[in-house]
Amino acid sequence: MSSQLTASSGLQVINPGIFSLIQDAGRFGLHGIGLTNGGPLDSNAFRWANRLCANPQGCAAVEVTIGGLVLEATVDTTIAVTGASAPLTINGHACELWRSYSIQTGARIELGFATSGSRIYLAVAGGFHIEPRFNSVSTVPRESLGGLHGDGSPLQAGDMLPCESQRSTTPLSLAADLRPDYSTNRALLRVILGYQQALFSDLQKQLFFTSDYQVTDRSDRMGYRLKGTAIAPSADGILSEGICLGAIQVPADGQPIVLLNDRQTIGGYPKLGSVLSLDIAKLAQLLPGATVNFEAISIEQAHNALMLDQQYFERCTPEEILTND
Amino acid sequence: MNSAMQTISVAGENALVVYFGDAPSDAVASAVASSAEKLRQALGDSLIDLVPSYASLLVIYDPFRTDHFAVRNAIRRALDNRHTVDPSQSSKGKLITLPVYYGTESGPDLQQLADNAGLSIDEVVTIHQQTDYRVYAIGFAPGFAYLGEVDPRIAAPRLATPRQKVPRGAVAIADRQTAVYPAQSPGGWNLIGLCPERMFDPAAEPSMPVQVGDRVRFKAIDRDTFVAMGGVL
Repeated sequence: MSSQLTASSGLQVINPGIFSLIQDAGRFGLHGIGLTNGGPLDSNAFRWANRLCANPQGCAAVEVTIGGLVLEATVDTTIAVTGASAPLTINGHACELWRSYSIQTGARIELGFATSGSRIYLAVAGGFHIEPRFNSVSTVPRESLGGLHGDGSPLQAGDMLPCESQRSTTPLSLAADLRPDYSTNRALLRVILGYQQALFSDLQKQLFFTSDYQVTDRSDRMGYRLKGTAIAPSADGILSEGICLGAIQVPADGQPIVLLNDRQTIGGYPKLGSVLSLDIAKLAQLLPGATVNFEAISIEQAHNALMLDQQYFERCTPEEILTND
Repeated sequence: MNSAMQTISVAGENALVVYFGDAPSDAVASAVASSAEKLRQALGDSLIDLVPSYASLLVIYDPFRTDHFAVRNAIRRALDNRHTVDPSQSSKGKLITLPVYYGTESGPDLQQLADNAGLSIDEVVTIHQQTDYRVYAIGFAPGFAYLGEVDPRIAAPRLATPRQKVPRGAVAIADRQTAVYPAQSPGGWNLIGLCPERMFDPAAEPSMPVQVGDRVRFKAIDRDTFVAMGGVL
């Protein structure tokens, strides 16, 4: 790979937008000292952004919530934007999401605001070169850890996101029929029952799996708080224990909370089970007011779903775009 | 530990949780710590993370390298005492002594806690130092270690209104637990002193002086020693 890297070259942040964070695959193996995972909320859109830039999986990219990010290139490189539908322009020309573009020094990349979905990913060829903290550059504001400055701060105007200078490449595109559709603003979340599920009676479980729940505005990277039919476990609290990704915690008010990438690592509320990671990618794209439903699956079905998803990703080859545009 | 008391439950698509009992105790803490160590070795690269806590161990594995059948087997083997060479060796954890500058200057809730307990400040400080605490769990924030159990005479409920800012190093009591705040943060525990040692230092290796299963003893130091050790008031 021909590459050139200096600290002062890359993509300059002109406007960080609503809330933009550097994320790689996440920080793992450190729950023992209380560190959470971080990482992209929509891991599907994130992996495609890297794939379209011909990157290995897990390269550092930007997660933009809602939109508003404006960047200016000081290198020649390739970028790809995936995730929530939002207007994208490069040097004022309307561009597509889910495909890569070669850009030149001086190019201005402007991302408008999402019209459906809420998380947008911008990847660059070779990834952003940022010093990892605890083996990851993922930004966790609550832990003051990771990101461009290592201190958990979101992107700010003036930040320079360092990346390699790269020769122009053939643009890649994900076929339109393979792109996720975020416009329904609704998601069916598969749940692996577990943890304290025995504290929830059959009736309580029946209510949970047959009711509509709404995403509330108290939803963030730690967890999505839902509102709907209250369900009551037969105990208010448990001894604090480890919380895995997607765990569904039910506090005393009976309103479930789905715990996400920046969750606390231990907690003492009863949990019914966990949402399948593939569906967390869908949940995290929803805006307040959106409806979710739950469906129980076995751990074997979950395992199969993960294997199939991996096969799908490996076998779906992005299309090369050969026409000049 | 009797293995009949242990249960394994599904936690998520790539996680199992092992329960060692329904209340924290020294024996349970030993079992959690030694099982964590054995599983770390048994699962190797298939392991993503372990979360030891009061009476449970969350085991997160890589679903592309293994599955819940294999991980259940590994857990069962790790829990089987017959394969334990020397249970006393690994399960006691190391003993760390942490210096504390106790007092009303460094611990704004010390007087109130003593008054509620019907004890003098000196008695509270002495009792707090008399226990070798177990690290039962680490969480809430990076480096926040839950230590137990505090002598019931100096146990105190959380403050009705949590503070917006608890300083780094604050030594605190909540119910029968004690802790040292690893960084400035909001918090509702009763503050009784300050520890000049850092409980979480991202630049240090290891970044925490303790892990779950270790034991912590507190030792009183005076104001001058606290300042000489780099403590900030």
